[in-house]
Amino acid sequence: MSNNLMELLLTSLGETIYMVVVAILIACLIGIPLGIILTITRKDHILPNAAVHNVLGAIVNAIRSVPFIILMVAIIPFTRLVVGSSIGTTAAIVPLTITCAPFISRIIESSMLEIDPGVIEMAQSMGASPWQIIWKVMLPESLHSVTLGITLALISLIGASAMAGALGGGGLGDLAIRYGYQRFQTDVMIATVIVLIILVQGVQALGNAVSKKLNKTKIS
Amino acid sequence: MIKLVNVEKTYYSKAGDIAALKKTNLEIRDGEIFGIIGLSGAGKSTLIRCINMLEVPTGGQVFVDGKEMTALHGAELRKARQNIGMIFQHFNLLATRTVAQNVAFPLEIQGLPKDQIKSRVDELLKLVQLDERRDYYPSQLSGGQKQRVGIARALASNPKVLLSDEATSALDPQTTKSILALLKDINKKLNLTIVMITHQMEVVKEICDRVAVIENGHIIEQGSMYKVFTEPQEETTKEFVRTVNDIKIPPIIDTADMKPDYFPGSCLLANLEFLSDPDAAQHPDKKSDTAEADQPVVSALVKKFGVDVNIISGKVDYLKDTPYGTLLVEIIGGEKAIQDSLAYLNEVKVKLEVLGYVK
Repeated sequence: MSNNLMELLLTSLGETIYMVVVAILIACLIGIPLGIILTITRKDHILPNAAVHNVLGAIVNAIRSVPFIILMVAIIPFTRLVVGSSIGTTAAIVPLTITCAPFISRIIESSMLEIDPGVIEMAQSMGASPWQIIWKVMLPESLHSVTLGITLALISLIGASAMAGALGGGGLGDLAIRYGYQRFQTDVMIATVIVLIILVQGVQALGNAVSKKLNKTKIS
Repeated sequence: MIKLVNVEKTYYSKAGDIAALKKTNLEIRDGEIFGIIGLSGAGKSTLIRCINMLEVPTGGQVFVDGKEMTALHGAELRKARQNIGMIFQHFNLLATRTVAQNVAFPLEIQGLPKDQIKSRVDELLKLVQLDERRDYYPSQLSGGQKQRVGIARALASNPKVLLSDEATSALDPQTTKSILALLKDINKKLNLTIVMITHQMEVVKEICDRVAVIENGHIIEQGSMYKVFTEPQEETTKEFVRTVNDIKIPPIIDTADMKPDYFPGSCLLANLEFLSDPDAAQHPDKKSDTAEADQPVVSALVKKFGVDVNIISGKVDYLKDTPYGTLLVEIIGGEKAIQDSLAYLNEVKVKLEVLGYVK
């Protein structure tokens, strides 16, 4: 493998990691509170509120319905407003975050619904406030399941980041398209795919390991 | 300690309203163990949750320790709940917390400083004999141990009342006994008022001072456990008593041609219950009007009326701490002798149940 190719791969890998990591962090900051609100405002949960639940749910569903490539183009004005430019790696983070946050909110919601309602009832019976229930019961008890969910979101972000090339975002997907596909450089294509496979495998393995560590219901 | 005045709970839904609890009045005294027994769906779960307002009643008032729970909201209600401990059928322990951290949970909720929490947790773990398991996770414990953690956690904030929601239903009989012994022990040691709902008569029999029987959202019978147990009035109550006190006629006795009246050559089959007044046991000077288990009733029959008494089965049981005996007997003799024997048995106030005459 030529030094040139190695260099290209490393740069692209760096770009992918940068986009995906920043996007997942911001998406978690938005998605986790959103997921908690979606959960607790459900009927029979600690702060039932049909209006809030339904409106947020509809927004989340709407964003999740838009194909990423369309979303990316559609929000160009917003992207420009946020990062000052609509092209480049940093610019790609904005649509990646927006597509990921609603996904994370649903992951959080489904993880939190797995918690035994009896445990939440217990906390209420001890006089815990909603905030204490979220902080001391719901988050810690769902953490192992949330970890797996965020791993899932991270991997789907790696996939989505390949399309960031359309905004000049760079990254491994972009490399595969420009060199491997458009210039018929099969070796670049294969090398990129291998790096992506390793990346995804690594992320999944890490996610599994952390989740297992956090899961106290199965202690060997 | 706890008073329910006309408490009602109705669930409204499009499919129709369900009255889970109909006008219920109940008074639970300071320091007693009060049992509420009923089949599933009878409303006992709703009733116990109305006490700490996990279910908000749709009508009536609930008082706990002089405070009207039904008038409290938000922070005030949460504060009041801290005086009411609760234990659950499925323990409801936090899986991600160790034994000690689970017990610390209600103390953290109250915002106690760390060193105070630690010393209180140590104390509680000793009380429930789990100090060696303090760093175990719930998944590493047996059912009985999990319930002990639940009890320690419920007691953490020094509550005056402990609500027990089917706390022994998921446990095997032996573990049930040890958990009940623990509850009885803390009831005495801490003068804790315990309200327990259950569908198991054994549980009531073992530890309750008073009991209420609930059916279809109604309390159909209530009183001292001894009284309800030995003189059940309602069919459901009798059914519950039978689950722990079923006198079976052994197959060697042919009951196929059992007749209600004497016929030549027959003998009487009767069930005798020897009651002792739990109040009399506490006040020995007070004369009891029921037959004491120490009266030689059977030998008196033999001597006075010349009948033979054949004991078929019998047992002495304890209702909480009061003895209670049953004896299934055959009385063999002439018609007159048998009639005289029955008259005598009624006189000494043995609780007599004539089953019939057999060959």
